[in-house]
Amino acid sequence: MNKTNIKIICLLLFASFIIRHSACFAETGEAGGHDYIDISNPFIRKIPIAILSFKNVSGTIAETDQSLKTSKLLSETLEFTGYFKMIDSGAFLVNSKEAGITAQNINFRKWTDIGSELLITGGFFLKDNVIEMELRLFDTFKEHLLIGKRYHGLADDKRKIIRLFCSEVIYQLTGNRGIFNSKIAFVSTSTGNKEIYVCDFDGYNAKQLTHTKSITLSPAWSSDGKWIAYTSYAKGKPDLYIRHIKEKHGALVDKQGINISPAWVPGQFALAATLSFSGDPEIYLLTGTGKVIKNLTRNWGIDVSPAWSPDGKNMAFVSKRSGTPQIHIMDMDSGHVKRLTFEGRYNTSPSWSPKGDRIAFAAMNNGAFNIKVIGIDGNGLVQLTHDAGDNESPSWAPDGTIIAFSSTREGIYRIYVMTADGTDQRRLLSLPGEQTSPKWSLGIVNNK
Amino acid sequence: MQKKMWLSLFLFLVIPGLLFTVSCAKKTVKPDASLTQEAEAEAARLAAQKAKEDEIAKQRAIKEERLTEENAKIAAKEQFLNKDIYFEFDKSSLLPTAQDILSDKAKWMRDNPDVSVTVEGHCDERGTIEYNLALGDRRAESARSFLIDLGVLSTRLKTISYGEECPTDPGHNQEAWAKNRRAHFVIE
Repeated sequence: MNKTNIKIICLLLFASFIIRHSACFAETGEAGGHDYIDISNPFIRKIPIAILSFKNVSGTIAETDQSLKTSKLLSETLEFTGYFKMIDSGAFLVNSKEAGITAQNINFRKWTDIGSELLITGGFFLKDNVIEMELRLFDTFKEHLLIGKRYHGLADDKRKIIRLFCSEVIYQLTGNRGIFNSKIAFVSTSTGNKEIYVCDFDGYNAKQLTHTKSITLSPAWSSDGKWIAYTSYAKGKPDLYIRHIKEKHGALVDKQGINISPAWVPGQFALAATLSFSGDPEIYLLTGTGKVIKNLTRNWGIDVSPAWSPDGKNMAFVSKRSGTPQIHIMDMDSGHVKRLTFEGRYNTSPSWSPKGDRIAFAAMNNGAFNIKVIGIDGNGLVQLTHDAGDNESPSWAPDGTIIAFSSTREGIYRIYVMTADGTDQRRLLSLPGEQTSPKWSLGIVNNK
Repeated sequence: MQKKMWLSLFLFLVIPGLLFTVSCAKKTVKPDASLTQEAEAEAARLAAQKAKEDEIAKQRAIKEERLTEENAKIAAKEQFLNKDIYFEFDKSSLLPTAQDILSDKAKWMRDNPDVSVTVEGHCDERGTIEYNLALGDRRAESARSFLIDLGVLSTRLKTISYGEECPTDPGHNQEAWAKNRRAHFVIE
């Protein structure tokens, strides 16, 4: 075994343990400067960005191929966020192969002339299945570097690397860590039965979580992303399962009647759920081990679908107490309940925005379901979906910029995403069967 | 002595002959009596036959009755199992037709005291999955309460909600939805 081989093996071993990344360039990003994108603004102006094809260091066929795929992935991942207007490479004034990738060799005028406010360049090196990437984000008007990172890893890690970099980009521009480590749980009939699946924030890497061969519904994440609660007919009736995803243990709530619609209390090992063992569907507070702590609602008729405010001080839920299903908010300290929705005769599925100021829900008007958003003070009602089949089950991304939902716009139910102001509506993933009930996890979910 | 023998012989041969003659003569001489006797025998025979036939007919009738009864029982059971009650959109209150059907079901349950029943609550596909699970629960509970009010023991009645998960008609139109908003009855 010669020296080079040993070196490569050591590098491989090292790469397989961790993807290293470091800001090790001479140029440094400007501190602060998170004001490029104001994510609290419901109508975000998309920032024009140019992404230059990565420069290949060795220029081998394999490297060129991987490099092209990776720069395309970077472009798709950033576009997914809805923050950017991607500038077509056909409009570039510089030849991709000749264009500089560091501040010293970039002619920023060539980029500002085509309206680009941001520029990403990359250097790509592939050898023996190990990749090394240098990625830079520039402000083309200020002509300086915002982020510079170098990453090492295996070729299979390129998606992970791109997400790490995109996460940095979003943090730099918004001051928010974004959605890049979040996951989405949902229900799919791919196997012929309704089962719970989990995919990455962008619909990639979908995996079947439950194998009940029964009807399984309503996934709900705990705040730390380690637990999922759901309802399943695995034992013949609608019971509530509380399950540790990684360690595969948990609890079962199988009282007489329905045991449904779980929602974890933010930051706690406790959840709200609707149980009907009393003869009437009421919302209860349960421990993470499935023990009833207390009634949260005491009202004849349907009380269902709890959704917590991010601080856990309020709970939105659906109640039929006024004759039709409407969204109500309960103040947890006082127990006081106020009705939130008054327009229409069917408003259900509340989802509380991560910032805490708005609630998304599904509303039926003229026989069609659409996603609406309303301020928690009852003002600012906006309809986000229009004339595109039925649209239900909204769920906010952890940074509050994207809403996932299910829709029949292309026939059967599938999962779509849109920005929080309703633009850029697109299908999230393609799987056999129907997909419903998307639930976005909070922040970082690491179940490895 | 020989004379005695002849007499004996005479008696032996002739008297039966006479007797025979008498008997024949009887027929002719006393026709009424013999006719009556024969008719009586015939009547008795006929009566017996009729009685037998009647008995067979009766047996058959009983059998038939039993069969009809059994058929009726089966029919009643089938009706109990197959006749669903229907609801309006987003409602769990019982329509008059549903109440009539439930009255029949209560009677059947009173007639069949050993039977336990699960009431399934179902919804149409419109609306939220969770809300429909709760609505299906309310529908099954409405039907159960009504049966209890009509004298069925509460311990004989369970409920289960399937929400919108098990439509009986897979269509996506008013007709299908109307069929799917139902309570269905299952014998345990």
